[in-house]
Amino acid sequence: MPFLLKLLLKNAFRHRLRTLLTLLGLVVALSAFGLLRTIVDAWYAGVEASSSTRLVSRSAISLTFPLPLSYAQRLKAVEGVSRVSWANWFGGIYITERNFFPQFAVEPASYLALYPEYRLSDEQRLAFIRDRQGAIVGRKLADKFGWKLGDQIPLRGTIYPGTWTFTLRGIWDGAEAKTDESQMLFHWGLINESLRKRFGNRADFVGVYVLGIDEPQQAPLVSQRVDAQFKNSLAETLTETESAFQLSFVSMSEAILVAVQAVSYIIVLIIMAVMANTMSMTARERLAEYATLKALGFGPGFVVQLLLGESLTIALAGGLLAVALTLPMAGAFAQAAGTLFPVFQVSALTMSLQLGAALIVGAVAAAWPAWKMSRIDIVQGLRHVA
Amino acid sequence: MKAIPLSYIARNLWVRRVTTLLTAGGMALVVYVFATVLMMSEGIRSTLVATGQADNVIVLRKGAGAEINSGISRGQAAIVESLAGIATDATGRPLLSKEPVVLNNLPKRGSGKPSNVTVRGSSELGLQLRPTLRLIEGRMFRAGSSEIITGRAVAQGFQGAGLGETLRFAGRDWTVVGVFDAGGSAFDSEIWGDSEQMLQAFRRDAFSSVVFRLQDQAQFEVIQAAIEADPRLQLEAKPEIRFYAEQSEALATFISILGTSLSVVFSIGAIVGAMITMFAAVASRIGEIGTLRALGFRRGAVLLAFLGEALLLALVGGLMGLGAAALMQTVNISTTNFQTFSELAFQFKLTPAIVWKTLLFALFMGFLGGFIPAWRAARLTIVDCLRAA
Repeated sequence: MPFLLKLLLKNAFRHRLRTLLTLLGLVVALSAFGLLRTIVDAWYAGVEASSSTRLVSRSAISLTFPLPLSYAQRLKAVEGVSRVSWANWFGGIYITERNFFPQFAVEPASYLALYPEYRLSDEQRLAFIRDRQGAIVGRKLADKFGWKLGDQIPLRGTIYPGTWTFTLRGIWDGAEAKTDESQMLFHWGLINESLRKRFGNRADFVGVYVLGIDEPQQAPLVSQRVDAQFKNSLAETLTETESAFQLSFVSMSEAILVAVQAVSYIIVLIIMAVMANTMSMTARERLAEYATLKALGFGPGFVVQLLLGESLTIALAGGLLAVALTLPMAGAFAQAAGTLFPVFQVSALTMSLQLGAALIVGAVAAAWPAWKMSRIDIVQGLRHVA
Repeated sequence: MKAIPLSYIARNLWVRRVTTLLTAGGMALVVYVFATVLMMSEGIRSTLVATGQADNVIVLRKGAGAEINSGISRGQAAIVESLAGIATDATGRPLLSKEPVVLNNLPKRGSGKPSNVTVRGSSELGLQLRPTLRLIEGRMFRAGSSEIITGRAVAQGFQGAGLGETLRFAGRDWTVVGVFDAGGSAFDSEIWGDSEQMLQAFRRDAFSSVVFRLQDQAQFEVIQAAIEADPRLQLEAKPEIRFYAEQSEALATFISILGTSLSVVFSIGAIVGAMITMFAAVASRIGEIGTLRALGFRRGAVLLAFLGEALLLALVGGLMGLGAAALMQTVNISTTNFQTFSELAFQFKLTPAIVWKTLLFALFMGFLGGFIPAWRAARLTIVDCLRAA
């Protein structure tokens, strides 16, 4: 066996340039494959980070329709609901449209109680709750724009007209790697008061209610109770678990996701074509050698072993290199994308898929040449030497 | 300098059919990705650009950017309506439509997954303002009734949106009395009903946008200045074409950046493939190269011959990929435009510019893959070559 391995390695590097080029192609393709899969995973990050003890209640028409503030009291009375908070999508622009990040106007004390994974020191929490102009942001967002506590952050409203300035009172750290650290939260009361002054009829509305429940198994029942409460009212609700709510966003961009996934498989096909080409050229050149081996008494199985082994050796080396390279590449990509993807991590599944793809490429690439070479006629093969 | 004949180059590719096919196949896949992505972003752009009319103006609340963020009170709308320079129809009514636009979360046919559909309140005048809109089934909704008409893509893609079916939203059942075709524009992804009924049902007291036709296209600046100058109107006016072009910007740019960077990474794979093939082609023909040189062909001619072979290989791959991409034109696709947060149906669109770009991209890959091997072939000395043979 060690002899065979040595032979395989020697064979693989006989044509050093060709093998190195093939390796290069493999590494590029497989790390691109890994990166694309990680991008798709990142899309689902919001779903991953959702908690089973939170429900989200929105208008049954669509997310752009608000619910009346008066629902808060009625929601508290629904059996199974232990906490109620609410949030409005703000949709403000920080300097230019390119600096997009999510901003929510929330009811601070109850909202933070529902999101224990936003780790904030008690001091900062209090400072935020006390200051109506105050805002808190996730660590990642603060790092991106270099914000420090006490900074003034101006946002130009698209939904809420005018320029709003907030004072940074706190920066939260995520309890886990999957926790979103790219959002900004501020006081719903501040926005509401200003709306009341300027356009009375737009005040006292809420984008979504976030409901805390104690028993996750009760989620479907509680959702039904909530929706039944407001059935046939002017603003019917649609209540779902936080993960279902997040998933509805992901499914909106499904077409793009499907395309990215399809493309990630195309690159495996591309590299399969390149690898198959390398192996069939190798086999063609060594026709005479295989004939000699056969003349010496080695069976067709040995020739198959040689070719398949060589192909798998190259593919596996490429796969391992690619996995090793994907990690720093993903790091650099996450840095460049900034807050576009709140969470960006290469999963274990992705790495094993990369290695799996490498092995499949290696096996498929050698299959045809190996079959052909195992069947060569000794006399014809030897004649080829000339 | 005498050049090596093209038939020699072409035949070399033919002799090594399997290798040629595998290398060209790899390139074809890269080209396919490159072309489809360009076609996709072109499709989105042209869908939204086709939505705007050259002499139409759209008015939104200042800073709103999209119709769903905007709000225009009845009073403001009436002031806009009274401005000079708005075209009138045969009966003397100003060609102007005050429209509430809302998003409605509806389940798709088949998968049942909900997506946001734009619901627009309009009128018969609104229809006149959009000449691309044609009813292909049924009839127009009657003013003052709970009747709606749906765009072609919505009628096909969403549950209950086909002719004769009913949709339930905003506490009412709405009957679909007609299906319209908007000539591949964004209206194909919309539902239209009576403006006043929509305001009632959705409990709104403000329109989202006001659209009107200019008497004279050149008068746009005048009317824009009039709207800006009026302190009662915190509104901004834009030519419709520019407004819709801006709506396509983010998604189209996102797709083309994502796609182009993918293609560049993928092309490394294909270039490596071409390089391997060309190195092998050179190595197996050393004797031939020596003979050619001995016959009097110069180094430059040999270089050109091998480079030509690589370019021809790339051209084959490019044409294969382009052919596959051209088939994508028959596919309908829809996704959420995150700028408007609503569903947009579009088609892949192949333009001559994309064909050129794609073929140039393929040839560029061939050039990069073929240059080093060709250069090596040209540098071989005659004696060494003939000895090797």
